[in-house]
Amino acid sequence: MISTLGYVFKQGFKNIFRNKIFSLATVATISACIFLFGLFYSMVENVRYSIQKAETNVAVTVFFNEGVTEAQIMQIGDAIRARSEVSSVEFVSASDAWESFKVDYLGEYADGYEGDNPLEGSENLEIYLKDVSKQSELVTYLESVEGVREINHSDVTANILTQFNRLLSYVSLGIVGILLAVSVFLISNTVAMGIAVRHEEIGIMKLIGATDFVVRSPFLIEGILLGLIGAAIPLVAVYYIYINIIEYAAQHFVILNDLLQFKSTREIFSVLIPVALILGVGLGFVGSFITIRKRLRV
Amino acid sequence: MITLENVSKSYTNDGTPALNNVSLHINKGEFVFIVGDSGSGKSTMIKLLLRELVPSSGRIIVNGVDLSKLRRGKIPKYRRNIGCVFQDFRLLKDRNVYENVAFAQRVIQTPTKKIKKNVPQMLSLVGLPEKYKSKTKELSGGEQQRVALARALVNNPPILLADEPTGNLDPRNSWEIMKLLEEINRRGTTVLVVTHNREIVNAMRKRVITVKKGVIVSDEEKGEYIDD
Repeated sequence: MISTLGYVFKQGFKNIFRNKIFSLATVATISACIFLFGLFYSMVENVRYSIQKAETNVAVTVFFNEGVTEAQIMQIGDAIRARSEVSSVEFVSASDAWESFKVDYLGEYADGYEGDNPLEGSENLEIYLKDVSKQSELVTYLESVEGVREINHSDVTANILTQFNRLLSYVSLGIVGILLAVSVFLISNTVAMGIAVRHEEIGIMKLIGATDFVVRSPFLIEGILLGLIGAAIPLVAVYYIYINIIEYAAQHFVILNDLLQFKSTREIFSVLIPVALILGVGLGFVGSFITIRKRLRV
Repeated sequence: MITLENVSKSYTNDGTPALNNVSLHINKGEFVFIVGDSGSGKSTMIKLLLRELVPSSGRIIVNGVDLSKLRRGKIPKYRRNIGCVFQDFRLLKDRNVYENVAFAQRVIQTPTKKIKKNVPQMLSLVGLPEKYKSKTKELSGGEQQRVALARALVNNPPILLADEPTGNLDPRNSWEIMKLLEEINRRGTTVLVVTHNREIVNAMRKRVITVKKGVIVSDEEKGEYIDD
């Protein structure tokens, strides 16, 4: 059995070199597809990452009726914090609110308000969400809480971010789907060419008494190897491109640093490497399997 | 060893059958010529014996195996009992002589050690021990047919089918191949040769089965090639 497996692998490997031009064309196309997939994945992941970062800055602010004590507000805050969609809850006292207002809007003109707090009674809770799409759910809950006077929130921001996120996912799924279909078609074609080129050899194998496994497996191995090579090459390319883009953006677009949040190379490639390799192997397997089933009835 | 019982084979539902109610029996160790014009049904007979085709009716039994009951998965193992050579040699042009012969053993998972022992033995039998490194395209037609014979015999099959083995060869090489087939038969292999070569058939004085329009018209021990 071991010698058979050795033979099958050796033949699969040799097939690639016997059929150099088609193999090269296939590897080039799979590489192009996986390269685009890699770029696209990196882009989508970073945009999503930036959105997530932006989402954490979208807060719901809750103000309370007169007479609600700080201790009661803290209690309400604890109940809100326990909700699954909530990331964090911060208590902002009236004096904190006034200090912040002075810094942001009054500057040196704040001196006239010495000893006075015009924002008295504006104690509030700032609530940050894990997922902005859950904002309306949270607002409904907050409206039912006793003592709540007003809830400030931005539905527009939440909706735009959620919709953009969704759109990006659909577009990426669509493009990746098309690329995968093209790759399967190309591998399938290359293996079909290989079968046509080696039509005579296959005929001889059948006459000699080779089993289905021995006849078919080298073509399956060929497809898988082509997929693997086609996936490995663009990974290296995407890696270097990604490193350089991060460096370039950090040096030349400092102004965008708050807006654009790049994931680290490690974070991106710890997912991209296994996914791309599995994708390559999967494409090779599916592409060759379809052709073998169709054209290699032993 | 080989029995055909009322075997018919039609390629279309309404057309003339390629083989029509053919019955014959070939004993173990026999040397048999099957002769006939093009389209007489000789190739259909070979394909039926190789289980490339199934008969429309009748039974074929080879080495005790009823081919109509043979499951698809068992066909490869069955074919290992039959060596084949063809008019066009069917060698792998991108490989050398040794690799062509070894190929027959590799695809049936023979251990490498055995292959290294068997292949030179076979090449000696067919008279090509020194050509093992040559590419097949560098060989003459006669030498190519010898390589094909070595490949057909390396797995030690009890039956050898030769479909027009001398069809592409000059008279000298044709005779050498036929002598080789006779030697192989002498060593115990049952040999069936489909041929058009009247001179060889008449000279060798073996059993001759003549097929015409899908029907056996003559079956004679030490027979001769019968003209239309």
